[in-house]
Amino acid sequence: MSFHALIVDDSSAVRAFVRASLEDAGFARVQEAETGFEALRLLASNTFDVVIVDVNMPDINGLELLAFMKKSPRQQAARRILISTQVDGPDSKRGLQLGADAFLQKPFEVEQLRSLVRELLEGVEEASS
Amino acid sequence: MSDPRDNVQQEFLAEAQELVEALSRDLLLLDEAYHRDERVEPALINEIFRSVHTLKGIAGMFGYRHVGTVAHALEDLLDDLRLGRAAVGQELLDVLFDSVERFQRLLALDDPQSPGEDASVHEYIAAIRSVGMEPQAEIGDPLDKYNIEAEVLAVLTEYEEHRLRACIREGLLLYRLRAAFDLAAIDDSIESLRDDAQSDAEIITYLPSMEGGNEDTIELVVLLASGVSHEELRTKFESRYGTIEPIEERTHLPTLPPQATSIPAAPPSMRAHTEDESAQASLRSVADSVRVDIRKLDHLMNVVGELALVRSAVNRVVDGLQGDSIYRQSMMDLDRIGRSFERQLSELRTGILDVRMVPLGQVFNKLARIVRQSARDNDKQVRLVVTGADTEVDKLIVEELTDPLMHLVRNAIDHGIEPSSDRELAHKRSEGTLALNAYHKGSNVVIEVEDDGGGMNAHKLRETALARGLLGAEASQELSRQDMLNLVFLPGLSTSKEVTDMSGRGVGMDVVKTNILRMGGMISIASEEEIGTKITITLPITLAIIRTLIVTIASRTFALPITAVREAIPYVPSEVRSIQGREVITVRGETLAICDLARVFGLRGPSEREGSFVVVGSMGNRELGFVVDDLHGQEDVIIKSLGKSLSSVRGFAGATDIGDQKVALVLDAPALFAEYFDGPEIVPTLETRP
Repeated sequence: MSFHALIVDDSSAVRAFVRASLEDAGFARVQEAETGFEALRLLASNTFDVVIVDVNMPDINGLELLAFMKKSPRQQAARRILISTQVDGPDSKRGLQLGADAFLQKPFEVEQLRSLVRELLEGVEEASS
Repeated sequence: MSDPRDNVQQEFLAEAQELVEALSRDLLLLDEAYHRDERVEPALINEIFRSVHTLKGIAGMFGYRHVGTVAHALEDLLDDLRLGRAAVGQELLDVLFDSVERFQRLLALDDPQSPGEDASVHEYIAAIRSVGMEPQAEIGDPLDKYNIEAEVLAVLTEYEEHRLRACIREGLLLYRLRAAFDLAAIDDSIESLRDDAQSDAEIITYLPSMEGGNEDTIELVVLLASGVSHEELRTKFESRYGTIEPIEERTHLPTLPPQATSIPAAPPSMRAHTEDESAQASLRSVADSVRVDIRKLDHLMNVVGELALVRSAVNRVVDGLQGDSIYRQSMMDLDRIGRSFERQLSELRTGILDVRMVPLGQVFNKLARIVRQSARDNDKQVRLVVTGADTEVDKLIVEELTDPLMHLVRNAIDHGIEPSSDRELAHKRSEGTLALNAYHKGSNVVIEVEDDGGGMNAHKLRETALARGLLGAEASQELSRQDMLNLVFLPGLSTSKEVTDMSGRGVGMDVVKTNILRMGGMISIASEEEIGTKITITLPITLAIIRTLIVTIASRTFALPITAVREAIPYVPSEVRSIQGREVITVRGETLAICDLARVFGLRGPSEREGSFVVVGSMGNRELGFVVDDLHGQEDVIIKSLGKSLSSVRGFAGATDIGDQKVALVLDAPALFAEYFDGPEIVPTLETRP
């Protein structure tokens, strides 16, 4: 396994989909968080190469996680992908200002996700951990 | 390369089912609030939106085109609703309720892309789109009234921003609560904060801040809207969570509140973890439950069965060595170890059975929808009262119960509960009551469907049965009132003057009864005119494992479910008499019909009378004696299906492994009863099988 990825989404089917898509390709080791709080826990003690966050979650939403990552010294190098239903909607615009590197519109395809992650991580050294 | 989605398809279906169930539950709450003219909680509408929204997303990703299309159209409507661009009304509720069954049907399609569904999906989407929108005029932006930091506004989702505006419009005040939370215990802390806030504040959002945070704790800024004064909120929240301050209105001089730089002391409960523990906990998942395919549990159950066989094999070896003094000590040790193994095994089996249990509430939720629909279609007022929704039974039983219960509920509303006008004339509450009660009784679960409607006329039931030739004139004279009521379970009997398309649907109480008996259960009825009707169903808690009586018939081994067995008595062939072409014996002065299984299965000639025992079986109110050659005691067995090719063979519930590499057929008592009393003889099929 090479890269270290985090998927934050309250849907277990989406998490399983992302994990299967990235791990099947032998591309990344994927950790999952079901809630914003669980994500905060993982972000506080791990370093990720790519973090994929759903914007619409109860309690702590995806935008708040982006804002948190922007300020967190640990996650400065992480690439951030925001999942939203409307790529040109107001939520995505805010996401862009909060440091999102890319957007994924739900529903998305396996290949779409893989090529986006590949593109974002191009030139990034494989994590040694 | 294979599609990585294949492996997680089950995950999708399970979540989709859960979402539809949650949707159904929330819609009932919404419907209730609307009809009681209560304020609809924004959180409830948001939950409904979120279920549909998530369903749309995952349906698209897993190739469920129709589910995705329908969810998309609904999502637009619900988005308007939660953002205040549409209002709740009857038409909208009807459209939303309609979606539940549609989703369930579309999820069950073999081909989720099936073009055959196109027309009906489009028709439904047109209905969704036609639900009128009543946009509310907005004057000015209420957000302008407040000094909210741009940093805060930047992280609100569209929905949160809408709620913020709506709260300001309602005249609520805005507050900012700053508190530090232990990361390891944050879920519990937030849960209690939410509970505390519920009565007097709406939580708009939680913002994680970097100030004062480290690997173990995090500071959150919680944005609250409330009608309660600052003082009151302070007493409520400050001691438990952290500092709370009002967000100033702009009309006052914009004096920004001083930034809290110190970390407020968190209550001891949040700090209870040591560093090591919290590091551990940070890797722990928040959701402490997993979803399991029922087939995996079936497999584990089979393994337990195999282990039980291994244990019996060891037992036999020990028995074989009995009396041999050289191995005496070892034998005793082996026997002791064997017993301890058996205890652990039985614990393992109980554990697996426990995992298979689900609350009956899952069925009751579906029924609540039927009640609402039936009541509306019949123009009756019905109040549903549910008790014991958390009573647990085997997942398979829950599945099998849905149809019979649905039928009983429809019956109660169609034929039981009277129209309001009739009820008032009878001095009853204009609103009828339908009660669903569930509770455990020993190793059984009891489910009652009770209504306070018109009840049944027992004599009318008898007349109908007579008129339809279901009952002889002579026999009808001897019936007790309870016997007459039981006639309702006869095939081909219906008392209602007209068959409605609702409970009609081609199934009657006889089918309900057959379904219940097939699960090894019982059904009974009690009814009083003008007072109401109560149907009671008693079922075993699990079907995965059953206690049986092992018998031999013509040198073959069979297992008879113990639920159907009342007693076993010696059989004296010379005492058999023949009444109306049926063989009977006399047991304690009562006549008992007997059925020679060896002859039924074609293992013995039609006139041969052999066998040593009669096993007296009882099903509901019928009794039948089964002639067998030998009895071999009781055993818990795991039933395995006979497979598709033999599914048409009647009389057998399946096969089971009984050790020594021997297989026994498990007799299907309800089917044998039905064949004997109602149907043709069982086709002798055993001889043709290897």
